[in-house]
Amino acid sequence: MAVIGSGVLRGMGVTFKTFLETYPWGRLILRTLRIPVTNGLFTIPYPETKQQHPERFRYFPFLVYDGTPDNLRCVACKICEQECPPQCIHIVMEKDEQGRPVKAHGRTLPKQFDIDMSICMSCRICVDVCPFDAIEMDNEYELSASDRYEHMIFDKHKLLKSADYFQKIKPTEAATVDARLAAKKPKA
Amino acid sequence: MSSLDQLFVNLSGWLLSFFPAGARPWADIALKIGVLVAIAPAIMMYLTWIERKIIARMQNRFGPDRVGIYGLLQPISDGLKMLIKEDIVPRGADRLLHLAAPILSVVPAILLFAVLPFGRNMIPADLNVGLLYFFAVSSIGSYAIFMGGWASRSKFSILGAMRSVAQIISYEVPAILSVVAVIMVAGTLSTVGIVEAQAERWFFFTPWGVVGGLIFFLSGIAEVNRTPFDMPEAESELVAGFHTEYSGMKFALWYMAEFLESFAVCAFTVTFFLGGWHAPAVPFWTLALLLAVIVGAGTRLAIPVRGAGVLGMLGAAALWGAQPIPSWIWFFAKTYVLIFVLVWLRGTFPRLRIDQLMGLAWKFLLPLGLINILAAGLWAWFPFPVGTAASALALIVSAWLLVRINNPAPLQPRTYVFAD
Repeated sequence: MAVIGSGVLRGMGVTFKTFLETYPWGRLILRTLRIPVTNGLFTIPYPETKQQHPERFRYFPFLVYDGTPDNLRCVACKICEQECPPQCIHIVMEKDEQGRPVKAHGRTLPKQFDIDMSICMSCRICVDVCPFDAIEMDNEYELSASDRYEHMIFDKHKLLKSADYFQKIKPTEAATVDARLAAKKPKA
Repeated sequence: MSSLDQLFVNLSGWLLSFFPAGARPWADIALKIGVLVAIAPAIMMYLTWIERKIIARMQNRFGPDRVGIYGLLQPISDGLKMLIKEDIVPRGADRLLHLAAPILSVVPAILLFAVLPFGRNMIPADLNVGLLYFFAVSSIGSYAIFMGGWASRSKFSILGAMRSVAQIISYEVPAILSVVAVIMVAGTLSTVGIVEAQAERWFFFTPWGVVGGLIFFLSGIAEVNRTPFDMPEAESELVAGFHTEYSGMKFALWYMAEFLESFAVCAFTVTFFLGGWHAPAVPFWTLALLLAVIVGAGTRLAIPVRGAGVLGMLGAAALWGAQPIPSWIWFFAKTYVLIFVLVWLRGTFPRLRIDQLMGLAWKFLLPLGLINILAAGLWAWFPFPVGTAASALALIVSAWLLVRINNPAPLQPRTYVFAD
């Protein structure tokens, strides 16, 4: 027959071992007693240390440009505006006085490109529908602001980020995008 | 008796020497009350910190670590938050009793400290009925709890309060029975007398003392409604039990009462069973030397660990020989070890069901407490080896029998009519 209270003591042993495992000196004691140890603390104290996000982690979209900021891939076709489920994208095409689209680098371009980040739901549909790979998902997530209208509506200048940045944050995805763009390019 | 040991006694004597001779007794009383009222909230605040830290570590978390270094200012910020929160009284509540209940629960919790011997000659009031006073005052808390539950006019509150009263009344019985053995052996009801009776041997190092101490400690935990006996405030069933309808500083007062009573339970367990402010009867330097030998001979440990352990223990022994540890440090050290055990129990065990709770009190602790009185009598009546053996035998056999009687027959495998 088991001794009275042995189950109680065994349970208390488990919690005490966990208690010791969370301290360096406790782990030292356990190691000197030849008891197998794990690192007890799993919490990441957020502002001081940040979690390593997987590459595919996404937050809000941004606009990609090649080389210089005026050479953006977006042609203001408004497909993403049409497809966006929460309707948070607003695009106005750059036009001259006669109402004809202005071209730069052989492409039309948006005069205005706003995304309301407080409405965006990070669904990535805009990225999927873009035929020019002009819009991509960012992984920047520390965007809290005190004013919804001033700070959370991102205009074209705030959204613009270079292709090199995209290359840096998501190397795998950027490689496939680059391969696709290279295949599309007419042979010179 | 070193001056460090009597530091606070001498300090209060020095302060009192400023008063004229006629006013000295009154000034003495005022000083003691002032000190108790000042340290009680401080003790409570840091008990919350200790509890949150230890529980967090047992659950692989950090616990409070934002406010101040190691979260040490967390209790102060919590206190400030409680002070500025809105005080909501439910419609239909008895406003006067709703206000009076938390106050009535804190006052006895602080009053308990009056008969607590914190150190040699360090007791606020050495009553010759100190033990009786402890039980009388500590049970006032159940009135407060029921008053609070009733005055809130809420189902959760009244259910929690009813459970609490049932629980406190049940566990009062084994608690008192376990202390009867102490009274028998010490021959006094005064807490100072009980501590002095343990100068040579703590009561915990006798067969009846182990059992009595465990019964007293468990009953104490149950009386202050702490996990695993926290039926009255079972979060998952009753929201928060008797203090569901309390907010702001009134809520903080409930918590203060609970934590102060937890502290008092640990402190009185130390006083009655663990030798109070006495150092272990075996001088500490011999213990240290023994530990040095054990660590040095331990083949499971690595060589550097053994060397460091031996050196450390020898150093501790030398230090102890030169300057004995003051009695009040012994008292607080033992009390905080018991508080660690209290939190440890909370971190380990789930809540008992109400029938298990009552069963433990009436079917196990109460008979064991009665037999414990007999065991203490055997221990005191017969000379050393016979008495100890007889009482140990009586307790082991009866504990085993009680477990056997209380355990129902193992459940038969159930047949499910519709599933098959």
